[in-house]
Amino acid sequence: MTPAAQSPLALIAELTHRCPLHCVYCSNPLELKTRADELSTEVWSRVFREAAEAGVLQIDFTGGEPLARPDLVDLIRSARGTGLYVNLITSGLPLDEARLDEIVQAGLDHIQLSFQGATEDSANEFSGTKAHAHKLRVLEWLKRRRVALTLNFVIHRRNIDHLPEMLALGESSSAARIEFANVQYYGWAFANRENLLPTRDQLDRSVELLKRAEERLVGKIRIEYVVPDYYAKYPKACMGGWGRKMMLVAPNGDALPCHAAQIIPGMQFDNLKDYSLRDIWEKSEAFQKFRGEAWMPEPCKSCDRRTRDFGGCRCQAFLLTGDAPATDPVCSLAPQRSKVDAVLAAANGPSAESFVKPNWLYRPNPA
Amino acid sequence: MMPELMSRPRLAVGCRLNEKSQPSRVLHMPERALRLNGPSLEIVERCDGSRTVQEIISELQKLYSKAEPKKVETDILGYLALLHDQRALDFNSDQTDRSAEAK
Repeated sequence: MTPAAQSPLALIAELTHRCPLHCVYCSNPLELKTRADELSTEVWSRVFREAAEAGVLQIDFTGGEPLARPDLVDLIRSARGTGLYVNLITSGLPLDEARLDEIVQAGLDHIQLSFQGATEDSANEFSGTKAHAHKLRVLEWLKRRRVALTLNFVIHRRNIDHLPEMLALGESSSAARIEFANVQYYGWAFANRENLLPTRDQLDRSVELLKRAEERLVGKIRIEYVVPDYYAKYPKACMGGWGRKMMLVAPNGDALPCHAAQIIPGMQFDNLKDYSLRDIWEKSEAFQKFRGEAWMPEPCKSCDRRTRDFGGCRCQAFLLTGDAPATDPVCSLAPQRSKVDAVLAAANGPSAESFVKPNWLYRPNPA
Repeated sequence: MMPELMSRPRLAVGCRLNEKSQPSRVLHMPERALRLNGPSLEIVERCDGSRTVQEIISELQKLYSKAEPKKVETDILGYLALLHDQRALDFNSDQTDRSAEAK
């Protein structure tokens, strides 16, 4: 029996999959939606209203690159008008000061600006485009505007040793939060995993360094660190539990329980053009599929941690074992943990370090 | 950081209370939200940049007149310090700060 749904708390709105960057670890699916698929301003506005009515507190505008939507200012105004806390997750391209003013004036609560590195060469390599210098300009513009700022550094094997430079960049900005988010291995990142997964030694040093930074900056800047869950003892509470707190809306209006849910075979997603948000949240097959505990195999089913991590990530279970309901193999108690250990052994092996530039698989820009 | 009694706390940029009309009150913060009720809501509603910490304490001591006044003060100072360390509150203590805010 499927448990009743509690109210969703956050809506992740992938406004578009179009993006001027080509990051090698993009969390978008390998099959990107095109501009012709995208929801209209009107449908999005209806979705925001329905979300606020259903209890959602925060909306994350993401993509692709949300700035690629010409109606972004209208969308922000519309979402904020419903009372939602509006967060813009952006690369900062394409943006000029006039448009930034419009965005702030439309009621944006918070902006999360992504950085691919601390230096121009490396950042441009990982994003497959010359974006870094422009991001630094955006940082300067933000200093003169009243909007909350988080810097987000995406961390991996080839930039994890540059944390001090990233911290310095963050401290010189107006950010009150800095996120250091290790790449999670889905989508494009899964395809590039061998070149992205840090060594255990790199990871240990980074944890120590950021712990000291966190102590030093308390009351000034909040430091958040997301470690790669391959190295964790227990899985992450992916999306705060399936169909429990969050809904992700793809650019075409498909409502998903998580970013990568399309990869699970046999999943069908209802579309917000056809159904209300509350209907989909409460009744759709996709949201009920792994909600609650009835689907859990052992050892999750009888594990004390099941109310904390909800069995980990279904998409990761599928990617690594071919079986979506399996215990997330990053868990030290998982029957298939050996699959993760094999990946870690390769990442930490004697031949793991290469000075040759990797053969990146870059994410393309959809039509 | 413990707040000074004469400083005037206000919500930091990116932090705001949701509308009064909502069924439950929350303090929105970047990437999180705090559910507020009772004393925590009474305190946060008064962090408007015009009241001093001392004034907030006095008002809550009146509101919760059955509670031990010293305990009310200690709890409020602790709560304000916590919100400050989470970057949810700014303390404006001197005149230059306040004239900058007024612009």
